[in-house]
Amino acid sequence: MIKQPLWPRLKRRLILHLDPILMLALGLLLITGLVVLFSATDGNWGRVMAQVANILVALVCMWLVANIPLHYLMRTALPIYVFGMVLLIGVALFGEVSHGARRWLNIGVATIQPSELMKIAVPLMMAWYFEKNEATLTLKNYFIAALLLLLPVALIARQPDLGTAVLISASGFYVLFLAGLSWRIMGGMFVAAAASAPFLWSMLHDYQKHRIMMLLDPSQDALGKGYHTIQGMIAVGSGGVLGKGYLNGTQTHLDFLPERTTDFIFAVYSEEFGLLGNLILLGMFVFVIGRGFIITANASTYFTRLMAGSITLTFFTYAFVNMGMVSGILPVVGVPLPLISYGGTSMATLLLGFGMLMSIHTHKTLVQT
Amino acid sequence: MKHRVELKNSQREIYYFRLRLVLSIGFVLLLLFLLLTRFVYLQVIKHSHYQTLAENNRISVVPIVPNRGLILDRNGVILAHNYSGYTLEIVPSKVTDMEATIDQLAQLVDIQIKDRKRFKKLLLESHNFESLPIRNRLSDEEVARFAAQSYRFPGVEIKARLFREYPYNEQTSHLIGYIGRINDSDIQQLEDDETVGNYRGSDYIGKTGIEQSYESELHGTTGIEQMEVDAGGRGVRVISRTPPVSGNTLVLTLDAKLQEIAWQAFGNYRGALVAIDPTNGEVLAFISKPGYDPNLFIDGIDEDSWNELNNSPDVPLNNRALRGQYPLGSTIKPFMALAGLYYGKRSPSYAISDPGYFTLPGSSHHYRDWKKGGHGMVDMFKSIVVSCDTYYYGLAVELGIDNMYNFLSQFGFGKPTGIDLEGETSGLMPSQDWKMKHYKQKWYAGDTVSAGIGQGYDLTTPMQLAFATAVLANDGVGYRPHLVRQVQRSGSKDTTIPEVKPEFTINLNPEHVALVKSAMVAVTQPGGTAAMAGAGAAYAFAGKTGTAQVVGIKQGAKYDASQLSERNRDHAWFIAFAPADKPKIAIAVLVENGGHGGTVAAPIARKMMDYYLLGKVPATAPSSIKAQSGVAAAQTSAASAVEDEHD
Repeated sequence: MIKQPLWPRLKRRLILHLDPILMLALGLLLITGLVVLFSATDGNWGRVMAQVANILVALVCMWLVANIPLHYLMRTALPIYVFGMVLLIGVALFGEVSHGARRWLNIGVATIQPSELMKIAVPLMMAWYFEKNEATLTLKNYFIAALLLLLPVALIARQPDLGTAVLISASGFYVLFLAGLSWRIMGGMFVAAAASAPFLWSMLHDYQKHRIMMLLDPSQDALGKGYHTIQGMIAVGSGGVLGKGYLNGTQTHLDFLPERTTDFIFAVYSEEFGLLGNLILLGMFVFVIGRGFIITANASTYFTRLMAGSITLTFFTYAFVNMGMVSGILPVVGVPLPLISYGGTSMATLLLGFGMLMSIHTHKTLVQT
Repeated sequence: MKHRVELKNSQREIYYFRLRLVLSIGFVLLLLFLLLTRFVYLQVIKHSHYQTLAENNRISVVPIVPNRGLILDRNGVILAHNYSGYTLEIVPSKVTDMEATIDQLAQLVDIQIKDRKRFKKLLLESHNFESLPIRNRLSDEEVARFAAQSYRFPGVEIKARLFREYPYNEQTSHLIGYIGRINDSDIQQLEDDETVGNYRGSDYIGKTGIEQSYESELHGTTGIEQMEVDAGGRGVRVISRTPPVSGNTLVLTLDAKLQEIAWQAFGNYRGALVAIDPTNGEVLAFISKPGYDPNLFIDGIDEDSWNELNNSPDVPLNNRALRGQYPLGSTIKPFMALAGLYYGKRSPSYAISDPGYFTLPGSSHHYRDWKKGGHGMVDMFKSIVVSCDTYYYGLAVELGIDNMYNFLSQFGFGKPTGIDLEGETSGLMPSQDWKMKHYKQKWYAGDTVSAGIGQGYDLTTPMQLAFATAVLANDGVGYRPHLVRQVQRSGSKDTTIPEVKPEFTINLNPEHVALVKSAMVAVTQPGGTAAMAGAGAAYAFAGKTGTAQVVGIKQGAKYDASQLSERNRDHAWFIAFAPADKPKIAIAVLVENGGHGGTVAAPIARKMMDYYLLGKVPATAPSSIKAQSGVAAAQTSAASAVEDEHD
């Protein structure tokens, strides 16, 4: 047998478990993100290169995860979940307070934010749990799965980190929903949630109440939290149909927009590229989500179906919550725009999720062929 | 669904799953449609509205900084106020050559080296786009001269601003504190408190003293002006205006005149003093001397002034009244006497024969009395009047350190008083537990002996001792000491008066208290340790002298003030209250390196009492304090009984 030359073999090995369609969609979004970041930082190449570094690290994570066979992936669910819970409890007890919230854990060499890990760990754990009990699913199983979700969410909401709590709740709920939670129970949950709203309201931190009130009337605190919403809406609205043109957003470049490289980067984009740009951006998101749904529909096991569905829907939720928040239909909860906002941690978490999607897709096809 | 347990129907399951997936897709499309609708609403329907806001006439939200609240004394005398003036400010990012610009400016307005240094420091600490003052308080002439030339200086502006001023200067520096420019750690704090919005546009924040602890009352609420600005950023039209609400006026419990008299009375001495109204905890005077000029700190202190303050051997920046910790010395004796009576270790009439020293059973070590040869027969009354050390050595040993700890802690020793200033230290009241925890050593009997006259591990602050004295004067009923009498809401007649109620009541026998008080009155009468200071008082003047040692005196050696360098001389204590039958004021005075309490510290208290109770203002300059110090050396109560090392 003649050995093939090295490079083609290596190349084949490198791309073996990557999904080309998904890669294309992600690539478009990531490039768009860098382009917008350049404008949002007033042409600061340093920040752009830092984000490139973030992306490269995250892509490596994605590639690694994509190459993990599914049965190994499943085996990690319980340990990762337990590890994450231990860290979360550690944060509650010994966490470092920054900006009034206890989110970070100092582990000597570095500070880490365990809630980020739970974004993957919670749906993974729930999907694993359903797979394990697949043959004998009863109401009790749904109840236990819900508990697996609510425990970390309660800890994270307490920190307080409303944005992450909402996202994890959503990802866990998607698993429950896709696992076939009966409509009657979902209806019951909805009624219960509505009934407990006044109680939950009293549990919220003042600043969280403040932010929700701000949504109803941003002008109430025009110098504080309402300022974000008002300026975001002005940026989006003034962009019009065609936008003001790249690097020409007045809101952005005259310092009116707060947090414009992170949570409010969509306002920068929307101001400069207008409704047309928004449509293109939504199109790119739909591209990613569509591919995610196709992978989900073709997934071969119960576990992979649940996991792929949850990852796809959570990604959409990220995007929806962020754009809704910038355009003033959702409260400002601190959720970045996925793949676009500046920041290494959320980039890594997101691409890790896509790595799993690719693993689910490519390993399945290998089995079949 | 009901019988799924028996049979896993893969086909059916996938069907159900795909159904759910389709529903999910529907959900996604619905929300996408919602977003799209919102975009169309904002970018098409309301586009011209937002375009007006953003592009043609950008709305700028301009904060209007509120006036900071005033600080007044209890009679309305101004302790901190604002006045308007002009400042010359530079935005560094708009200036290309800073040095040259400043040189050119110096030809128009007076800019000294001090100003340059201060400005350089500000530059390092601030962001480039902030407007930073190079000169404050410009004269009208300087303003006119610059205005004529201002076109030459892009990025340099004259601004009208309110300046903070503290008329009492160093006299109230440790009490009122000062404001200073907001720095990064202040911003962090404001973000944590979720109040950073209210500080948009504000340059200053309280850094120490009342200015710091009552920041939230004094700052006020920032107003907002929504203004249309043209492409150049100049205001075109005011759209809406929410006026700022000025900070609240604080009326302090302090009596500025009393403060001034006390300050003068210290003469050239360093030290601290706190006077409290025992019936309600109001702080009437609060002095830490030397002070500093708080006005220097407001716009960032220049390096030379800072070095001078920071390196001075007198440590003027140290708040001695709140943070200085000194041994109690003989001022512990009235409290010890009460403890002896409370635990039944002494009856009022029980008397000892004082040979001038005390020995522990089985030891030859002499714990000396301050008076060589002793005081003869000494009962409790006399023990306080002449400040007999031997009496309290024995009492301490019989009480034991833990009883002393339990009893004296009730008066607030060893813990912060909770006064409304930040940074109070807690002092120290030792116990067996404490020594074990901190030194990993057991408590020795010898430790108890010296603790009996307040020369052991014990430490107190002038604030704390004044509080304990007030509690004693008020028969064991304690009110939390506080500095703010009322908060006047700005723009209305509303005032808030903090609630004053007793915080605790110590279980004391009235007869015991009466005995100790009468002995303290005798202290200021002929034969007492503060007889000179008490001479001719028109009210019952209760007091107790004390001495806090700076250096230990060896066994057999003699304390001789004239042989010690000035900074190694003892600190003088005096605690007092009057009128003894119905006390209106309680004072603790500490004079650093003052030697004897009766000679230097007591006259300060006397002058304050005379003013506070009789309205008498001292006529002569306080130099008399120094002159007296040689005279009354015979009454020295230097409790010079520190054990030597080989005990």
